[in-house]
Amino acid sequence: MKVSTMAEFIANGVQPDVLFWVGCAGSFDQRAQKITKAFATILDKAGVNYAILGKEEACTGDPARRAGNEFMFQMMAYQNIQVLNGYNIKKIVTTCPHCFNTLKNEYPVLGGNYDVIHHTVFLQELIEQGKIKFTDSNEWKGKSITYHDSCYLGRANEIYEAPRKVLESLDMELREMKRCKSKGLCCGAGGAQMFKEEEKGDKRINTERAEEARATATDFVASACPFCNTMISDGLKVGEAEKDPEVLDIAEIIAQAIQ
Amino acid sequence: MAFIAEILFTVLTSIALFLFAKNLFKIRRNILIGKELSIKDNPTARWSNVFILAFGQKKMFRNPLVALLHLVVYVGFIIINIELLEIIVDGITGSHRAFAPFLGNYYTLLINAFETLALLVLIACIIFLIRRNIIKLKRFASNDLNGWPRSDANYILIVEILLMGLFLLMNAADNSVEFVISGFIKPLLSGFSATTLGTIEHTAWWLHIIGIFAFMNYLPYSKHLHILLAFPNAYYAPLESKGKMHNMVAIQNEVLYAMQPEMIPTEAASPEKFGARDVMDLSWKNLMDAYSCTECGRCSAACPANLTGKLLSPRKIMMDTRDRLEAVGKNIDQNKSFVDDGKSLLHDYITVEELRACTTCNACVEECPVSISPLDIIIELRRSLIMEESNAPAEWNGMFSNIENNFAPWKFSPDDRDAWITKA
Repeated sequence: MKVSTMAEFIANGVQPDVLFWVGCAGSFDQRAQKITKAFATILDKAGVNYAILGKEEACTGDPARRAGNEFMFQMMAYQNIQVLNGYNIKKIVTTCPHCFNTLKNEYPVLGGNYDVIHHTVFLQELIEQGKIKFTDSNEWKGKSITYHDSCYLGRANEIYEAPRKVLESLDMELREMKRCKSKGLCCGAGGAQMFKEEEKGDKRINTERAEEARATATDFVASACPFCNTMISDGLKVGEAEKDPEVLDIAEIIAQAIQ
Repeated sequence: MAFIAEILFTVLTSIALFLFAKNLFKIRRNILIGKELSIKDNPTARWSNVFILAFGQKKMFRNPLVALLHLVVYVGFIIINIELLEIIVDGITGSHRAFAPFLGNYYTLLINAFETLALLVLIACIIFLIRRNIIKLKRFASNDLNGWPRSDANYILIVEILLMGLFLLMNAADNSVEFVISGFIKPLLSGFSATTLGTIEHTAWWLHIIGIFAFMNYLPYSKHLHILLAFPNAYYAPLESKGKMHNMVAIQNEVLYAMQPEMIPTEAASPEKFGARDVMDLSWKNLMDAYSCTECGRCSAACPANLTGKLLSPRKIMMDTRDRLEAVGKNIDQNKSFVDDGKSLLHDYITVEELRACTTCNACVEECPVSISPLDIIIELRRSLIMEESNAPAEWNGMFSNIENNFAPWKFSPDDRDAWITKA
């Protein structure tokens, strides 16, 4: 796989159409790396002219800010905006709803103004434009799936339909969980919870959500966030079921169906 | 002696209005203890929120059946209060049904409509009482409401039922008129003489108006204040994406000056307190939120932390904020200005464990029918914990130092950030 960095683009005197913001999970987490590769594959096959920042990318500061550490957030934001503005970035696509929210909503007031798109919306656009073509033997057709709304995509930014439309474009049978869309239950990772133990209670949040996913008795659970993906996969390990659904990012599903 | 009832009524009305206004001004003063926050943008969108969220009760319709019952009580409350105009005219002038001669047949129509609404309100309130006390819905059975808040809710419902009952009884005892709902009560009163009926009518009339004045003056002490504050709260509700957090300009500048010392202004700004430790560190909107809360608990019922048994309850965050604000208000009443009482919202009212359990998922904000953000307060308190007290769990301190040194929340080498490309 050949992925070019912004530095390489500039060295060649050209500008990509879009920057793929990979995010920390997408860069380092073994499970999320697969999502990153899947999305990069789609971008390649759809003929998108994109670049990554590579080693110049850094945490957006989202977990620090939500934990209460505004200093850390502002430092990361300053650094990232310097890099992004330095490369004259106009359009960013990202596979992480947390990066998406921070880049889109929180960087503008700090001087970072970009057209920021989440990968599920980007995928929907590519499909509508006919840039993504599916293989004739659509193995996903008729398979049942439930979509888990990420809080930072759903309630935070009111993106509910794009991910569902992408799944429907594969003729998958979409079954909703008891709590979905604006009522969707959090996976338990947001607000920097990913990076610490849960407070004591009766149950883990991801167990609760995994049980709801399991109750749909679908073949797959679709996620659109690397953290949700981890949380629900872990949640499904608790308790027993004859057959548990497989948790896949929407990008992974499309990558397997693309021509 | 002829005018004694009219004088008594006028005095009573004046006292009731005076006390009500006094308490409202006190609430206004308490809200303004909060930090300044300028909300002046986009009035069109804000008025539309007032109509859709407050008048239209859009969020209530997430549960249509309850929304309908609530709508009945709300419409009933407003419309039946039009009748209050006549009551006040009658009370001051000593007239009897002053509007009847002017409205003719429309008067009967109008009162019939009021009576129908009154009956519906009465039924809705009984259903609400059953939901709270017999069915014991989870969000009403919650420990958040132990003590006064639970009684508060029941008192309001019982008073509503009594007021509606008195209104109907008053009409039933009046043989000069015939209305559709009170007509059903008339047979029960058929044994009484005209004098007794007159006394019943008068007593019901007085109790009804005294009840309304009492209710009005109870409002400022009650969760029921939402009937007034839901409107301004909808107007001042945030219009931006829920995911956007308030920027802290002071820190933004501090980072800027560290990176670009040439930007440091010659006159250094005085250092401010970071985040909120007490109610005066919150914005006036946060404080108005606290007074607008009707303790319905839709937030906590949707909170992932709360429904998995963690200590956090967004409703309790709002109730604690109001309780603390009331305590600060009393402190100011006694001492002219606030005198340190050794307490603060953070720690004494809201504990660290509660704050730590929040996933910032915005479910509480989404659910609130009156545009409250418990999340905003949680975040401000978290900021104080981290930036003023360096109070963080060890794992978070690890995460912070990873971000600082490795530019990622985990301990990976920044050089490996693009290693995924070559991985199988």
